[in-house]
Amino acid sequence: MLDRYGIVAIFALLAVIFPAVPLLLSWVIRPKKPNQSKRATYECGLEFEDFPEEAQNVWVQFRVQYYLFALIFVVFDVEVVYLYPWAVAYSALGLFALVEMIVFLGILLLALAYAWRNGLLEWT
Amino acid sequence: MDILNKLFTNIYDAINAFLNGLIGGFGLTADAVSAIVAAVMGLLVGTAVLLFGVGVVLTLIWLERKVAARVQDRVGPNRVGPFGLIQPVADTVKMFIKEDIVPTNADGLVHLLAPVIALAPAVLAFVVVPFGQGMAPADLNIGVLWIISVSSIGTIGLFMAGYGSNNKFALLGGMRAVAQAISYEVPQVLTIVPIILLAGSMSLVTIVQKQSAIWYVFLPVGLIAFVVYYISALAEVNRTPFDLPEGESEIVAGHHTEYSGMKFGLFYLAEYFNFFIVCTVATTLFLGGWQGPFLPSWLWFILKTYGLIILGMWIRMTIPRFRVDQLMKFAWQVLVPISLVNIILTALLLVFFKTG
Amino acid sequence: MLTSQFLTYVAFFVLAAITLIGGFMAVTLRNIFRAALGLVLSFMGVAGIYFLLEAEFVAIVQIIIYIGAIAVLILFAIMLTRGLMSSATTSLNGQWMGAAFIGVLMFAILFFVVITTQWPLAAAQTVGDLIPKLGAELVTTYLLPFEAVSLLLLAALVGAIVIARE
Repeated sequence: MLDRYGIVAIFALLAVIFPAVPLLLSWVIRPKKPNQSKRATYECGLEFEDFPEEAQNVWVQFRVQYYLFALIFVVFDVEVVYLYPWAVAYSALGLFALVEMIVFLGILLLALAYAWRNGLLEWT
Repeated sequence: MDILNKLFTNIYDAINAFLNGLIGGFGLTADAVSAIVAAVMGLLVGTAVLLFGVGVVLTLIWLERKVAARVQDRVGPNRVGPFGLIQPVADTVKMFIKEDIVPTNADGLVHLLAPVIALAPAVLAFVVVPFGQGMAPADLNIGVLWIISVSSIGTIGLFMAGYGSNNKFALLGGMRAVAQAISYEVPQVLTIVPIILLAGSMSLVTIVQKQSAIWYVFLPVGLIAFVVYYISALAEVNRTPFDLPEGESEIVAGHHTEYSGMKFGLFYLAEYFNFFIVCTVATTLFLGGWQGPFLPSWLWFILKTYGLIILGMWIRMTIPRFRVDQLMKFAWQVLVPISLVNIILTALLLVFFKTG
Repeated sequence: MLTSQFLTYVAFFVLAAITLIGGFMAVTLRNIFRAALGLVLSFMGVAGIYFLLEAEFVAIVQIIIYIGAIAVLILFAIMLTRGLMSSATTSLNGQWMGAAFIGVLMFAILFFVVITTQWPLAAAQTVGDLIPKLGAELVTTYLLPFEAVSLLLLAALVGAIVIARE
């Protein structure tokens, strides 16, 4: 295992070191003079502190559509990972592999059609 | 010609032999020597690839501005160095010496880690990229899926940036970026399946070798797959016309509104790394990777990748931004059905040609 | 001890530590967003352990599905709940005694199973590329479960949509 994935482990190590080095270096050389208005939350053209208390809550109520798209995405993602080993093995398999995959993809298309007909694929 | 072609593999072999001789002299067991040499070589390869990546990003920053200037009939950067070539270096220095501002109400730790999580997947993706003949850091049998899986980690970084900044523009931008990334990941993943069917392997090295006769982009199914891949890749890396997550006329700068200094620099670097990686993947899967006559393999690879990058920049400068409803509709109602049909078509054609 | 074997042990303990720390964060942190990030860390550790067990495909699926999709779904769900920033909810409720009892019981059962099973060590020596075999098995031996999965996912999608629209 290590002969093939040793280098992957080294890259994983580098993936942590590589962003850390410039962060540390800039931490050493950059100026550090924070003040209240610099550290205020960014707002277009207005001072954030001038906002009434209830408007200072930046939390936005998101529409449920984000969640629905994520749900459709999970379903498709799970189905897609089944396609990959099938695709690798396909040339060695017979006609039955094709038929089975058409059934599989047909059901996937059915799911897509259902979501489409219910207007879920549209961002309104 | 052959010397140039094997330039980097020869350097690798020479250093490897040198290290074997050096560490072998300490009287350790053969097993330990090979492990240490492998670790040192891995670190060297990783560092070399990352330095190359940083170099590529520096050229891309310059190239992007020059292409933009050309399209808009301007001159572009021309003050720092000849043709403004030193401009990216000046930009980098600026990133280093700018103050790091964290909003008072932000979640400091999440704010700090977000750019790291955004950049780390890009570094990991380099592991399987075959930069030339015999020049892939690792030839994994799950190569294509490796790149897809590590780049899906990047969405967590976007979430962290949106949440950690405690700013409504950052939050909106982060949410939009994630919604867009997951919507375009589906066609991107589906459209690679025909290539796997043709090559019968997920290893990027094998896929390139199978294209020695004909690049997959010249097959009808390959061409469809390539177009779908390139469009969804541009959307995946949030480039114009798919730059809604950071549409400056609506939500300031999206998820990096509250980022400054080197933290912003890391996001910037990650964006260009990702752009470079999707172009190298497109080159590998559809344009025959390092294959090509006369020139050394690695030069072919670089030329093809830069061709795709310049195409992306050209598109960015030409096409206006999508609306969010158009964006989602395009992914789910156009690209996904096309790539599903393309998979079935490829499978049918393969059966037809095998028996007929 | 062989060097590669030693390194494998080191890798295992590092990955196990990552998994456990992530899991501990997910359970104990007051901030629900940070708790979700702990869960992601735990998923990563598990993916690493799959790699170590030479189950590359499972490891990749773990990353794509759990980190790339399930974690995103969880984070979207968190984002949809209002007023997350201010709330420091308690992680214990009235059922913690029962939950702790069942947790300990589960651990005891698993521990018992692990130490009493005769693990077929020789069979674990795998060779070559297993992905074509996996693909072939999916459409031959495991055909029925394979097609059932797609129906199950279709049902899950329809059900989720119906519930979410209410």
